[in-house]
Amino acid sequence: MIQLRSPKVREHFLTALLFILALLAAILFILPTVLTISNSFMSEKEITANYGAMIESATADKKTYISEELNLKFIPDKVSFSQYASVLFKSPDYLLKFWNSVILVVPITVFQILLAAFTAYGFSRYRGRIREIIFFMYIILMLMPYQVTLVPNYLVSDWLGILGTRWAIILPGIFSPFSVYLLTKVMRRIPKAYYEAARLDGASEFQIFWHICLPLTRSAMLSVGLLVFIDYWNMVEQPLILLKDQDQFPLSVFLSQINSGDVGLAFAVAVVYMIPALLLFLYGEEYLVEGITYSGGVKG
Amino acid sequence: MQPTTPKRRQRIIEHCKAWSWLTPSLIGVLVFFIIPFCVVIYYSVLDNPIFANFVGLDNFIKLFSNSAFIRAARNTAIFSVIAVPLSVVLSLWMAFALNSKIPGKSWLRSCFLCPLMVPIASVVLVWQVIFHYHGTLNQITSVFGIEPVDWFKTNWSYFVLTIMFLWKTLGYNMILFMSAIAGIPRDIVEVAQLEGASGWYTFLHIKLRYLSPTILFVTILSIISSFKMFREVYLLTGDYPFESMYLLQHFMNNTFNSLDYQKLSSAAVLLSVVMVILIGIMFLIERKFGEDVEE
Repeated sequence: MIQLRSPKVREHFLTALLFILALLAAILFILPTVLTISNSFMSEKEITANYGAMIESATADKKTYISEELNLKFIPDKVSFSQYASVLFKSPDYLLKFWNSVILVVPITVFQILLAAFTAYGFSRYRGRIREIIFFMYIILMLMPYQVTLVPNYLVSDWLGILGTRWAIILPGIFSPFSVYLLTKVMRRIPKAYYEAARLDGASEFQIFWHICLPLTRSAMLSVGLLVFIDYWNMVEQPLILLKDQDQFPLSVFLSQINSGDVGLAFAVAVVYMIPALLLFLYGEEYLVEGITYSGGVKG
Repeated sequence: MQPTTPKRRQRIIEHCKAWSWLTPSLIGVLVFFIIPFCVVIYYSVLDNPIFANFVGLDNFIKLFSNSAFIRAARNTAIFSVIAVPLSVVLSLWMAFALNSKIPGKSWLRSCFLCPLMVPIASVVLVWQVIFHYHGTLNQITSVFGIEPVDWFKTNWSYFVLTIMFLWKTLGYNMILFMSAIAGIPRDIVEVAQLEGASGWYTFLHIKLRYLSPTILFVTILSIISSFKMFREVYLLTGDYPFESMYLLQHFMNNTFNSLDYQKLSSAAVLLSVVMVILIGIMFLIERKFGEDVEE
């Protein structure tokens, strides 16, 4: 008892307690991901045995339940690659939809970031009342739920004759104001002296942008790019409304509609869909923290 | 040399330069969002697009007597009002708790960031297994003799929604707060403590003020993701979920599919008015609360 009262011991005790709590929280946070991955190595038979009830009820109009229990299983009895084999060789459908996702998301991400950097430079370098009002308008647009901009989106696509094509998703995506807001916040923190010095050396405005502003905001651009990528990688609303042809739908819309015929590959498809996001995450995690915290208005 | 003319000319040049940076994006935003939105406002005060009679606020009044809309609006409001502040407060608390020296911080951080990066569609299967009527959660509660609950089809679905939302947002919000906490000037806190300020006082009047830009930022991000929870709900339960999970987004999507433009436009206009008011209030509060620390 006496020892526990001494401040040093107490401090250690507290740290240990916090560590355990943090560890538990961390496990909770990664559990669904780990489960998806580990279950992807189960054979079709094992999946049906454990999750049969869920998948049956999903197909039978969500009304009938089979009295079987669902068993959340962490470790497969026998590691099997049969799910992956089915995805790769037996159901080219899923690969096609994966490709649909790629050709929608990659152009949106790349061009949105480029355009946003350009625009953010304008917002951060030149202040003025009208530009402040426009910037506020961007913030409001950014916060609007997609369903508000859905009708406008639909109308424009109709006028431009791109309704039902991929352009109806890609073009509005490129002009989305989210990354403009974040990058402007970041660029406003670049000291003015940098710009002045460059200008005294005779650099043009575009050279300042290219050689000073962009390198300084590299990590912010990468992190915003990650956020934009993952956001569009998850898209559900846009394809449902703007695309007519189901063959063009990205995989994100389909993953939930796995029916009894596909039991054997459900988790493997989920993992395949996870891979690009996870790879980017592993590559850009550092940026995700440092790049965005600048825009959060953190001082110092 | 005349001082005014070159100066004025220079100002005009500056203006042109400024606008040349903004124009490309502005054109896109005008074409894809602003102009069509004006058309939506126009639609919202007409009886139908063909005869185009001006009916004033009739569409809005009709909207308020539409039970599906009322339910959807109420569900969305309840969910956002509970989930967003909960996520902000909890993550702030966790950030303060984890700010001390803990081994393996970078590993923990990766775990916390994981939900942000994993595609929703990929983990939807696991959520289904957990919250299914015969699923894991009910099996766990049944050990304690609690009746199984149909999580998706009773009022418990608010709870499910909030849990999924917290799972997704807490980690990232917390990371943002942690780096903001690291940026609070230590000398000011120490001076306050020397002068006998209580822990609660330093938290409320010093730390919270320095954090207020981050709090605003995190709140903005959380609001955006709270609207995107529709994706989870859609992937889990489809177009017509149980009524306590029926969100405004469902209402809009379904109205859209039935091609009722008047209903849809007035709902969109109403929602955007509410959003503008909310955002305005938020920015005012932040400006007032954090004004001392703004340079």
